[in-house]
Amino acid sequence: MFSGIPLFPEQASSLAADVDALYFFIVAVTAFFGILVTVVVLAFAVKYQTKDPLAVGARIHGSIPLELAWSIIPFVITLVIFFWSADIFFQLQRPPDQALEIYATGKRWMWKFQHLNGQNEINELHVPVGRPVKITFTSEDVLHSMFFPAFRVKADAIPGRYSSVWFEATDVGEHHLFCAEYCGTKHSGMVGKVVVMEPTAYQAWLSGNSAGESVAARGERLFGDLACNTCHLTDGRGRGPSLVNKFGAVEALASGGTAPIDEAYVRESILIPQAKIVAGYQALMPTFQGLVSEENVMALVEYVKSLRVSRVATAPEGAHAESTVPAAEENR
Amino acid sequence: MDMTLTAPRVTYLNHEHTLKSWLLTKDHKRIGLLYMGVVTFAFFLGGVFASLIRLELATPAGDLVSADTYNKMFTMHGVAMVFFVLIPAVPAILGNFILPLMLGAKDVAFPKINLLSWYIFVIGFLFTVYAMVTGGVDTGWTFYTPYSSRASNTNVMATGLGVFITGFASILTGVNFMVTIHRMRAPGLTWFRLPLFVWAVYATALVMILGTPVIAITVLALAIERFLHFGIFDAALGGDPVLFQHMFWFYSHPAVYIMILPPMGAISEVIATFSRKPIFGYSFVAFSSLAIAIFGFLVWAHHMFVSGISVYSALVFSFLTYAVAIPSAVKTFNWAATMYRGAIWLKAPMIWAIAFLGLFLVGGLTGLFTASLGVDVHLHDTYFVVAHFHFIMVGGAIMGYFAGLHYWWPKITGRMYSDIWAKVAAIIVFVGFNLTFGPQFILGYLGMPRRYHVYPEEFQVLNVFSSAGASLLGVGYVLIAIYLVASLFKGELAGDNPWHATGLEWTTQSPPLPHNFETQPVVTEDAYEYSKREIKVV
Repeated sequence: MFSGIPLFPEQASSLAADVDALYFFIVAVTAFFGILVTVVVLAFAVKYQTKDPLAVGARIHGSIPLELAWSIIPFVITLVIFFWSADIFFQLQRPPDQALEIYATGKRWMWKFQHLNGQNEINELHVPVGRPVKITFTSEDVLHSMFFPAFRVKADAIPGRYSSVWFEATDVGEHHLFCAEYCGTKHSGMVGKVVVMEPTAYQAWLSGNSAGESVAARGERLFGDLACNTCHLTDGRGRGPSLVNKFGAVEALASGGTAPIDEAYVRESILIPQAKIVAGYQALMPTFQGLVSEENVMALVEYVKSLRVSRVATAPEGAHAESTVPAAEENR
Repeated sequence: MDMTLTAPRVTYLNHEHTLKSWLLTKDHKRIGLLYMGVVTFAFFLGGVFASLIRLELATPAGDLVSADTYNKMFTMHGVAMVFFVLIPAVPAILGNFILPLMLGAKDVAFPKINLLSWYIFVIGFLFTVYAMVTGGVDTGWTFYTPYSSRASNTNVMATGLGVFITGFASILTGVNFMVTIHRMRAPGLTWFRLPLFVWAVYATALVMILGTPVIAITVLALAIERFLHFGIFDAALGGDPVLFQHMFWFYSHPAVYIMILPPMGAISEVIATFSRKPIFGYSFVAFSSLAIAIFGFLVWAHHMFVSGISVYSALVFSFLTYAVAIPSAVKTFNWAATMYRGAIWLKAPMIWAIAFLGLFLVGGLTGLFTASLGVDVHLHDTYFVVAHFHFIMVGGAIMGYFAGLHYWWPKITGRMYSDIWAKVAAIIVFVGFNLTFGPQFILGYLGMPRRYHVYPEEFQVLNVFSSAGASLLGVGYVLIAIYLVASLFKGELAGDNPWHATGLEWTTQSPPLPHNFETQPVVTEDAYEYSKREIKVV
């Protein structure tokens, strides 16, 4: 009868089995206590049942050792669950360094993905199997949530912020992509699929779909069009700081203190430049709030990232895509 | 039963008959019944929305109502059930009726304010109903920004105003109960002789007073942003959408304890009465209510593990959530232990209480999944969460309300309902409830997101089970209404103390006198001292 009914989701990412193991551990713990209490209650109800309304029960007021036992034992068990959960949570939150980067925006009611070579797709995401993929995304309107059940990952898309999810797909095939945070009329239509491909097929797909300019190249063009390059000179002698090799570094601020330069920092510096001023510079930069779309901000962020001389990510995308599964394993 | 029972001549029900005598009453018992009227209507309203939701979800396609209508259905189901059923049900109905009787008092401390609370509650409810009939609201009962402040063009503010106004009823009731418990206890009724229902109501009053102002502030801030375009929550205006979630859950998580603590108190009464024993670990059960009320304020961000809070704050909130689970576990173990070597009389209220234990157990234990950081990333905003909180709110709060209602019904009305039908209803509701929400745990782990109007076809069979269960649940609720109403006309006379229970409320007539007791009761023993009474009986 249940042959056609799914009862358990596919495990299609490197961390899915770890999440499921913890899930089954909690299932076991809760089933044990659930059955224990149920059996005890029913057994007492049967064993001590009386039809005499004037009968009275034993005069028992309690037991300190029992109270301590059933406070401390469950607490210790929940501590085990807590630490195990925290460990998996950290893994889910920390993408490996060598992850393939993809940008995305959520808007009512679709997901738009930008691959670094400039390839765009809507409500469909093609990724290679056996390689960590990190998606950096935001929302252009209300809250959304990017949810890949087969990978056991989810994060809200929040206007004004960057979120990210990462996964390493383990099986070639197609899986659901859902919006999990209610976003209005077609919330349940904001769905799509992730297509996991063999690396070679992925590479063919990537190059076969005549990509225009890469995201970084578009960012570089915008950098010129918006006249960013008139102040942010590469030699550091401009009115704004040079951006070369800045991404991933820690910046000293005029207000004292420091800030790590990540995607969120670059985004904020474009849209709200006054928020953090680099030490030694003046607050001259105008805001670009409302002038640059989220997708173009992402292109600018990617351009700033690409200005890192030392990093592999500046190499052409194809260099990665050819890596095989074992190589990706080594990267971890 | 004693065959010589006669109906009391003067009761709070028959000493005055006019409509005015009800609408201007300062009698806590009548006010409790006034609340029962509104809450029952809201429950019916919320139930109609729930039926439409389950009907729509019987097929994967959106074929019954439009997407916009569906979104309004689940929003209004949540608003009606949370703010106008779950929060007031046990404190405002049973609490109002029973609390002063339990304390040996003539009334609550501030009878006029008590009536005022009801009017405020009704005005808030009318605003909400107005919002529903003039187009409805579609933000979800959580009102998340910026959808609620910017995108939704439905009646957000009329609904918000309803919630805002109703909150004041809750605050006033909390103050009234707290003062009543401090000041109106009968001579000899010391804190540790109080029935555990009183402890639970006290803890609830604390949450009502401290938590409710925050939802008022939150709704006010939402209104300021929606009308005046001040950037508070909207990133486009320089606000922070996540701030809304912090403020909303700072109230709405403790609100869960407003819903569940009083039913827990009612369950303590029922289990002690029908086991003919003191509650096992009285002081642990009493203090666990306070612990839940206090720790309940420190766990709100466990609703936000994937909503953009930092990894470290997620860690703290996960840990505190596990900590708050312990007092609930302690209560459950103590209830089970109370039955050990009891003289268990399986009348209808006890069957309801046992059904409560079964469902609350599932609700509490599934909280261990959603509190788990690693698992909640997957479970958040899926049907697993929907199932979990329905097990707490319906399986816990509503089942506890019905256990309490069946327990005190003879005191409230002076009549007995059909014991056998009440047991049948308890079993139908228990089975129907499990069939409705059990499959949703599986759906949730499979990844079906909540608030979906259409869904992938592979989820259909489990959804059909759920909808079938909801039909059964509906039958159970209708059955309760039938035999309770029938009892008013055909029920046997209850007498003062049909359950042979301890507790001051059972020492006066049923229905009670307008001012509760003929003479001031004096208390000389602890709660639930059945074995001492045996000596008197024999």
